[in-house]
Amino acid sequence: MRLLTYGRALCEGLTQTMDADATVFLIGQGVNSPWYVGNTTEGVYDRFGPQRVIDTPVSENGVTGLAIGASMAGMKPVVIHPRMDFMLLAAEQLIGQAANWNYMFDGQVNVPVTIRSIVNRGGEQAAQHSQALQAMYAHIPGLKVVMPATPRDAKGLLIAAIHDPNPVVFIDDRWLYGVEGEVPERYFAEEIGRAKVLRRGTDVSVVATSYLVQESLAAAERLAEAGVSVEVVDLRTVRPLDEETVLESLARTHRLVVADTGWSMCGISAEVAALAACRGMYDLWAPVERVTLPCCPAPMCQPHETAYYPRASQVVAAVYRVLGANAVSYSRLAAGIGTSIPFSYPPVSADGSRLEAAESTR
Amino acid sequence: MICSIAEGRVFAKENLHEELPEATLLALYRTMVRIRRSEEAAAALAESREIRCPVHLYLGQEAVAAGINANLKPDDYVFGNHRSHGHYLAKGGGLKPMFAEFLGKATGCAGGRGGSMHLIDTERGILGTTPIVAASIPHAVGTALAAKIRGQDSVSVSFFGDGAVEEGTFHESVNFAAVQNLPVVFVCENNFYSSHLGLLKRRRCDNIYEYAAGHGIPGVAIDGNDVEQVYRAGRAAIARARSGGGPALLECRTYRWRGHVGPAWEFNLGIRDVNEVQEWMKRCPIKKLGERLLALGIASQEELDRVQSEEDAAIAEAVDFARVSEFPPLETMSAHVYA
Repeated sequence: MRLLTYGRALCEGLTQTMDADATVFLIGQGVNSPWYVGNTTEGVYDRFGPQRVIDTPVSENGVTGLAIGASMAGMKPVVIHPRMDFMLLAAEQLIGQAANWNYMFDGQVNVPVTIRSIVNRGGEQAAQHSQALQAMYAHIPGLKVVMPATPRDAKGLLIAAIHDPNPVVFIDDRWLYGVEGEVPERYFAEEIGRAKVLRRGTDVSVVATSYLVQESLAAAERLAEAGVSVEVVDLRTVRPLDEETVLESLARTHRLVVADTGWSMCGISAEVAALAACRGMYDLWAPVERVTLPCCPAPMCQPHETAYYPRASQVVAAVYRVLGANAVSYSRLAAGIGTSIPFSYPPVSADGSRLEAAESTR
Repeated sequence: MICSIAEGRVFAKENLHEELPEATLLALYRTMVRIRRSEEAAAALAESREIRCPVHLYLGQEAVAAGINANLKPDDYVFGNHRSHGHYLAKGGGLKPMFAEFLGKATGCAGGRGGSMHLIDTERGILGTTPIVAASIPHAVGTALAAKIRGQDSVSVSFFGDGAVEEGTFHESVNFAAVQNLPVVFVCENNFYSSHLGLLKRRRCDNIYEYAAGHGIPGVAIDGNDVEQVYRAGRAAIARARSGGGPALLECRTYRWRGHVGPAWEFNLGIRDVNEVQEWMKRCPIKKLGERLLALGIASQEELDRVQSEEDAAIAEAVDFARVSEFPPLETMSAHVYA
C-alpha cells in the first residue's frame, strides 16, 4: 500500500471530505499558515477558496461558538486550534454549549462540529505551548475525543470525526507529522470508539495514546530482542473508551502498562487503570504501571524537556516493573545485554544527578 | 435612571418615522399581551412553587421581542439567553410546549430537559436558548455564516442583555460578523441591570450602541419600550442584513420590572429604587401602544380587552396541558448522550 506521512494523511482526509461534502468548511487561526498547521492544510485554500477556508481573528471562544452555531444550522465545520493551550479560551463553548446541546434540547439539534486541536511541544516552548489536555475533554459527557497515532488513523478518524453528528475533539500531535505509514488512497472512515491492537504479544499489554503509541511500538521492538513479548494497544479514541479491547488484551497478557501523553492525576491513564481495577482485577497478575508526564507543568530548558517527556525508554522500564524484573537498565537492554543491574526511575545516578537515559528513540 | 434616546445616525430617518399598517400594530399588540400575560401566569406558578426551575421574567421588555420578531420569517434564526420567554413566543413558539417545559414535563419544548432557560422550536428558527451570558451571540453569527456559505437569504438575530457586552465573546462575535459581512442583527436589550448591579457600576458610560462604531458597523440606540420604534429599527436592520449589507447593533433601552430571577420585585435589596421601577412602569409598552390604537381609532377598548381575554384563555389551556402532562420516564435520563 502507498506510504504517507501523518501530516499529509490529515491533509488528504480533509481535502477528500471537503470534496465530498459541501457543508464542510475549515475555520480557525492560521488555517492556511504552515507556521500554525504544518502541511496539514496544504492546497486546501486554493481548492476551496475563502468561503470554505476561513482564517480568523484571534478569538478562540467566539470562533468556536460560531462554528457550533453553524453546525446547528446543518454545516459541518472543522475548527483548528493550532495549540491545544489556546483552546482553553474556548472551553465554555465546547464544554458548556456543544457538549450539552443535544441532551439539553432532547435530541432535537445536533452539533456536528469537529475541533481539531494540535498538540505541539518541545523546542523550549515552555508551559503554555505544550499541554496535552485530552483528559479534561474526555471527562465531559457529550464530547467525543479521538487521538490518532498512525497516518492511517489521522486520515480515517478525521473523516469520521467530520461526519459524526456530534462534537468531536480531534487531537493531533505535531511530533507525529513526520511518521510514515500505509494509508489507503480511497475516501474512508475509521470507526470512532474502537481501540486497535497494533502488535500482538503475550507478556504485557501496553495501552497507549498518540505519540506514545509509536514510542511503545519502539519499546516493544527492543523488549522483543530481550525476549519479552509486548502487546501494544492503540487507544485511538479516549471517549468513548473501548473497554472491551483493553480488557481482552489484559485477559491475554495479565499485565498492564498505560502510556498517556498527559498527566497522571485524573488522566486517561488513571481511567484505564480504573477500568482494569473495576472490570479486570482477576486478570491482573501485577499492579498496573503508568507512563505519564511528571506532575508538573512543562519545563522550558532542553535538559528538563528531555527528561520531562516520556519516550520508549520509560515504556521499557515500566514493562520491566510490571514483570517484577525491575532489574534491567534500558541502556544495557538497548545494547542487547540482558542484565540484572538495578534500574531506578526516573533514572538518576548515585549522587542524584540525572542520567542521559531518556534520549529520543527516533 | 430614565434613559435618554440617542438618535441613530445610520438608518435612514424616514424609516424610523413611517406610519405602520393597522394589521401590524394589532399583531404587535397581541404578541406583547401574550408575553405579558404568560409571564404573569409564570410568576404566579413560580410563587406557588408549581414552577420549580428558575424563571427570568420578561415583564416590561415585551416591545423588544415583539418589534424585532415581527420582521422575521420562519426560517430566520433567533438566539436568546436566560430571559427568552418573550423571544420564543414572539418568534411563534407555542404556549403549551413552553409551560410544559417550565414544569419539566415530557411534552415540553425541550422534553423536560431544559426548563425555562432552554426553550427551543426548530420549526421556527429557535435552535435553543442558553443562559450563559453572551454564549449564544457567536451561535447567531455561525448560523449567519452558514447562510452566507450556502447562499441563503436568512437573517439571524442575537438577543442579549447589557451584561453580555462585558463579555469578550460579544466583541469577538461582532468583529467576526463585521469582517465577514454576515447577515446578523445584534439586539442588546439594555435593561440597565445585570443580575444585581446597575449599568453605571459596571461601565463608565451609558453608550453601548457606540460599540458598533468601534467594530465598523451601524449602531443605534432606540426606545425599547416603544414597539413601533423597535419594529421600524428592526425592519431596517434586518432588511439591510438580508440584502447583503452586513450586521448592525440595536441598543433597545428598556427595563425589567421584576428582579433578575423569579417573581420577586426586589425593591428592598439595595439594588434599585422603587421610584425608578414605578417610573418605568408608567412607560409600559403595552399601555403605550394601546393608547395609540384607541387614539387612532384602530381598536376599541372592548377589542383590546378581547385580545387579552383570548390570550388568557390560551394561557390557561396551556397551563392545564402542562399540569396533566407526565415527567419524562426516569429510564430516559441519559437519552441523547452519545459519548
